[in-house]
Amino acid sequence: MTGDPARERRKIRCVSRMKEIMTRYYIEAKTAADNGRKVAWITSGGPVEPLIAMDVIPVYPENHGAMIGAAKMGRDLCEKAEAMGYSSDLCAYARADIGAAPIDGGPIGGLPRPDMLVCCNNICGTVLKWYEIQARAFDVPLFVLDTPVCHTGCSDAARRYVAGQIREYIGFLEAVCGRPMDYERMAAVGRLSIEGQRLWQAVLDTAIHRPAPLSAFDAFFHLALIVTLRGTQTAVDYYRELLAEMRQRIAEGIGAVAEERYRLLWDNLPIWYRTRWLSERFAAHGACLVADTYTSAWCSSLPYLDENDFIASMAEGYTRIYLNLGIDQMAEAVIGMIDKYAVDGLVMHSNRSCKPYSLGQHDIQRIVAERRGLPTLMIEADMVDPRAFSESQVETRIDAFMEMIKARGPRGEGA
Amino acid sequence: MFQLDPLFSRIAADPLAYARQWKADTGCPVIGTLCSYAPEEIIAAAGGLPLRLLTTGAGDQGADAHLQAYSCSLVRGALSDWLQGRLAALDGTVFAHTCDSMQRLSDIWRLASRDRFHADVLWPATVTAPGAEAYGVELLKDFAAAYGRYFNTDVDDSALTSTVRLYNRIRGRLRQLYALRRERPGLVPGRDWLAVMRAAMVMDRQALAEALDAMAAALAEQSAPAFEGKRLVLAGGVCEAPAIYEIIEGAGGEVVWDDLCTGWRYAAGQIEETEEVWTALARRYLRRSVCPAKHAGLTSRADELIAAARQAQADGVIFLYLKFCDPHLFDYPYLKQRLGDAGLPCLMVELEEPRAAAGQLRTRCEAFIEML
Repeated sequence: MTGDPARERRKIRCVSRMKEIMTRYYIEAKTAADNGRKVAWITSGGPVEPLIAMDVIPVYPENHGAMIGAAKMGRDLCEKAEAMGYSSDLCAYARADIGAAPIDGGPIGGLPRPDMLVCCNNICGTVLKWYEIQARAFDVPLFVLDTPVCHTGCSDAARRYVAGQIREYIGFLEAVCGRPMDYERMAAVGRLSIEGQRLWQAVLDTAIHRPAPLSAFDAFFHLALIVTLRGTQTAVDYYRELLAEMRQRIAEGIGAVAEERYRLLWDNLPIWYRTRWLSERFAAHGACLVADTYTSAWCSSLPYLDENDFIASMAEGYTRIYLNLGIDQMAEAVIGMIDKYAVDGLVMHSNRSCKPYSLGQHDIQRIVAERRGLPTLMIEADMVDPRAFSESQVETRIDAFMEMIKARGPRGEGA
Repeated sequence: MFQLDPLFSRIAADPLAYARQWKADTGCPVIGTLCSYAPEEIIAAAGGLPLRLLTTGAGDQGADAHLQAYSCSLVRGALSDWLQGRLAALDGTVFAHTCDSMQRLSDIWRLASRDRFHADVLWPATVTAPGAEAYGVELLKDFAAAYGRYFNTDVDDSALTSTVRLYNRIRGRLRQLYALRRERPGLVPGRDWLAVMRAAMVMDRQALAEALDAMAAALAEQSAPAFEGKRLVLAGGVCEAPAIYEIIEGAGGEVVWDDLCTGWRYAAGQIEETEEVWTALARRYLRRSVCPAKHAGLTSRADELIAAARQAQADGVIFLYLKFCDPHLFDYPYLKQRLGDAGLPCLMVELEEPRAAAGQLRTRCEAFIEML
């Protein structure tokens, strides 16, 4: 549709650039073997920088899972995994990947075959089991970076334990690649990683402005590079460009939704097969999801990373990420975002696929209500498997929630 | 005919009543644990009573305010027990990091119980990592220090050394009983076996060691009729379905071995008494029969299960899983395939409410045993 000039104006121009970069990235990954390059499958919270420094192409089954979900291929691939004996209660990213791998299924004809697997359990215990399964299926070496949970903090013992594993990780890469790590290059990659994270945070922070130039739904899309190409110049250049566009939108008064009256915070992974529908549903009420706990998680350990000694700071940086914290610390982060982005309410996706993200949401909801008096909408769904989503039920709940928000009036207006 | 010491059945029937009495008698703290990776030796060395929590069976009232429906019955039931005051006898709780649900349960529990001792013993997930042992020693010492600060006590090396000896004696006896179970199926009926294992995770450990010694001595003089039925291995997480044994026995089978968190995985692993005590203790936890939430290589769980099943001359394996137990459910297709390759049939039963699952269990187990 090109009939609505205001709608055209609201479209983010960088989207096409992003699609180009991701297409090139996947072509490069899929032709890696022809070009003598190695491919590592890695978890979304995993330490990608040493791979970049070793010229290994990182591939993210979780990003693939998101693409499968967005392409509405989740149900079919999850059912394939279930036919292989995997319970339908297991993580849908894992099921979709396990179902897709043997048949090269999914929107891009499957992921390139891995030469190695790198699993960091800072996001969940599921990845440990998932990567064990794929390491057996592909018969390739698996490296596990084990990051103890920071329920109330990160002990010195845990820090030393993870630091030791970072050294082992580099040794593992050197063995698989058959060449030594170039530490100068590693330092450069570390600096680019931090620069990329800062730029991404700056992009997200433009949503502090009213109206927000981008929404969480936009962030879900533009997130791909900070996950997949963190530590590259490509990611840095792209986020610089995106940041410039966001600032331009602010200057021109362009908001992500037509008439932003209410500002909301999203918690948990996206519902990939319904992002557009949800975005339009909220926008119809004049509500913009201005921020989310998910896309900002890739900058959550910036305070612990040191651009002048990246390797040494990696242990703490990768251990203290958002999902690896206790829920009271997560609630603190949510409250910080509520204040920073001046939101009127919280929308929580209770995601059957992600226990570390979802169990504890009720407590976070309670803490937010006690401390900030904000209402919460809980949406029961799954990030990839649409069988756990009831459109009519969610629609009714969104409408009821928005009526409540409207009755309270926008929190930050005139403030 | 073997007669079980009624003490075991009494404790198994109401572990909390026992704990209350123990506390009244000793004046010492009772510490709940939710996992066989909780370092009980340290609690016991400091004078506390480590009490393994399962669910009391009183339901999951109140759990909905904290946990979604897609968490397992153990996590929901234990939280309900805690919130509803059924665990009032506890002076504290120790979580040992395993699965995602337990990780979050620990947070929820901690926030709901600020007036009690709470500790997370964050064992490595990769038990074979080169740094796992050094880290394990440090986390055990950190835990002992935190415990000592809270209860104003001290765990010194000599107290730990003698407690380690006591635990070796207990686990050695349990393993002896396991061997007996394999060699003379039916000697100890399943319901008695379940009572012994439940009580073993509750009782005053000195009294337990004595009761197990007496049981072993009594069994040595017993003979069991030659067993002609089907020999089964029970595998999974916690066994909260007491009906399972009666159903299996009723269908002409006997459980001759298990791979359960509330069974063999608790009994497995001697602590080396000639080594430095903290290192030896950490090693035992890292090297014992592994939980699926831990990583000890790609084939270790299947290798171990097949070896145990072969040694027990098993006719088949029954997997008893709690619904929503991710680590076990992820392992199942591979274990099934490996067992199949080894000529061992298996059955998997996923239980939503294990204590009320007799009907479901009966139909499936009977059909499976008949097929063997």
